[in-house]
Amino acid sequence: MTVITKGLVDGRVVAWRNLMNVRRNPDWLFAATVQPIMFVLLFAYVFGDAIGQSMGGGTGGEVYREFLIAGIFAQTVAFNSAFTVIGFANDLQKGIIDRFRSLPMSRLAVILGRTTSDLAVSVVALVVMSLCGLIVGWRIRGSFVDAVLGYLVLLLFAFAMSWIGALIGLVARSVEVAQSAGLMWMFPVSFISSAFVPVHLLPGFLQTLAEWNPFTAVVNAAREQFGNTFGNPPTGWPAENATLYAILSCVVIIAVFAPLATARYRKVASK
Amino acid sequence: MPISATEVAVRTEALVKTYGATRALDGVDLEIPAGKVLGLLGPNGAGKTTMVRILTTLLRPDSGRAWVAGHDVLADPNAVRKSIGLSGQYAAVDENLTGYENLYMVGRLYGMKPAAARNRAQQLIARFQLSDAADRPAKTYSGGMRRRLDLAGALVAEPTVVVLDEPTTGLDPRGRMDTWEVISELVSDGTTVLLTTQYLEEADQLAHNIMVIDKGKVIAEGSADELKAQVGGERLELVVADASELPTALRVLSDVGSGQPSADEHTRRVEVLVDAGPKALIEALRRLDAESVSVTDVGLHRPTLDDVFLSLTGHAAEETQGGAA
Repeated sequence: MTVITKGLVDGRVVAWRNLMNVRRNPDWLFAATVQPIMFVLLFAYVFGDAIGQSMGGGTGGEVYREFLIAGIFAQTVAFNSAFTVIGFANDLQKGIIDRFRSLPMSRLAVILGRTTSDLAVSVVALVVMSLCGLIVGWRIRGSFVDAVLGYLVLLLFAFAMSWIGALIGLVARSVEVAQSAGLMWMFPVSFISSAFVPVHLLPGFLQTLAEWNPFTAVVNAAREQFGNTFGNPPTGWPAENATLYAILSCVVIIAVFAPLATARYRKVASK
Repeated sequence: MPISATEVAVRTEALVKTYGATRALDGVDLEIPAGKVLGLLGPNGAGKTTMVRILTTLLRPDSGRAWVAGHDVLADPNAVRKSIGLSGQYAAVDENLTGYENLYMVGRLYGMKPAAARNRAQQLIARFQLSDAADRPAKTYSGGMRRRLDLAGALVAEPTVVVLDEPTTGLDPRGRMDTWEVISELVSDGTTVLLTTQYLEEADQLAHNIMVIDKGKVIAEGSADELKAQVGGERLELVVADASELPTALRVLSDVGSGQPSADEHTRRVEVLVDAGPKALIEALRRLDAESVSVTDVGLHRPTLDDVFLSLTGHAAEETQGGAA
């Protein structure tokens, strides 16, 4: 068996094990969807009219709700990387990683298994969030192929974020630290972007940062593919090439964090 | 130097591992003949777990070399991983998988085909008396059952060398007896076992050879009997009826004993190390009787490994517990 096949076979076994864990502990899935639903309701109905009017697209709240959903999708899958973080921190603490490391299995498989099983969680979360979006008035207005591409970009982003989560989980000293460290940095990253408010309404000094934030690219790409764009489209290279920039960013994130996480896994010591 | 795995299953040469200023292992040489059990004994922080982690490829030593089942731990870690089974201090069991699923997963990760992994999992479930609980998530298991499952996990690939890191720490007496039984069976199957423990009794029961380490250094090595012989002969203990008789008892024991006797006023107990146990015992009783000292209890004890530990390290095995592992 070649190194690659062994890696894929082992990765599948690890992913199976992780998904059995999710199935026996459905609270995880619950947590993965309740928070974004809360965000949809709060933003859509508390800030919705105010932001919608400043966007100048039309009747306020309705426009904003359609605008918001792509941002919520990206935020949902990004926050799901916290499950990767916590999953690794837990496995480390319970000695599961030690057992894996003492087995003649592929080094990469443990991380690959985790990032792919967390991708499956993101698929479920996206289905739930799409239904939630439909209820508050969001619609896919583009073609079927474009919509599929939109979802694929979101899932690629989920996968990329999961590799960052893997590194954080393997570095964190305890499950508690992992829990907060895994989420903390996500707030500025998702708020300084086009997820909740159009970039041109952000304070000037944050606009450039937000424009080039890969998170913005993913949100803009999803909006574009779902046909949820309003008023004057955002300008600048990252916005005009949102899908391309989003895919490139994800590929770069994976290329950087996959080797880092794997290297960390080789060295990591359990408590 | 490659060695024949049929004679020596595990071997280390001058292993050193430091953490900052602490020398967790300070030049340890170890050898386990194939099919034997080596008990690695020492308090918490002695370096036992560091040794286990190096031999199971989880940790690289700073210097020195190690071979397991004929494979160099540093040069060919994957070959080592194929030959070993590890059962850890904390049962590395996935709580949300059933017992059966845990074993199936480990089999698959050892590279077994699905059918072979299923068969092996079922065999081990039966052998470790987990049949009734096989389809329940492991989180519903008792401590002893978890430990059995973890042990079973170490045996999935029928490894030639099994490493058991404190297999009974935290178990109740019943769970400990069960685990001992399993380990004895393993040995009768010809598996080589490295067993670390803080329990002297456990090493005494299970190990062919015992190595005592403290602060990263080997301080004694040999069979349980050899180690006990290092401490000297037997210990003669007796209890007198009245505390006023203690001085007489001390005088008599210092005559028949080989060392300085000691007395405890509160329990009225006097004890002394003796060379020829039964002879000294008879002599002591005869003389005490002649002096009209009434003795309420008397005993002759072989030294325990606790005595060995105390005499080797100057502190009891339990004393340093709770220190850094």
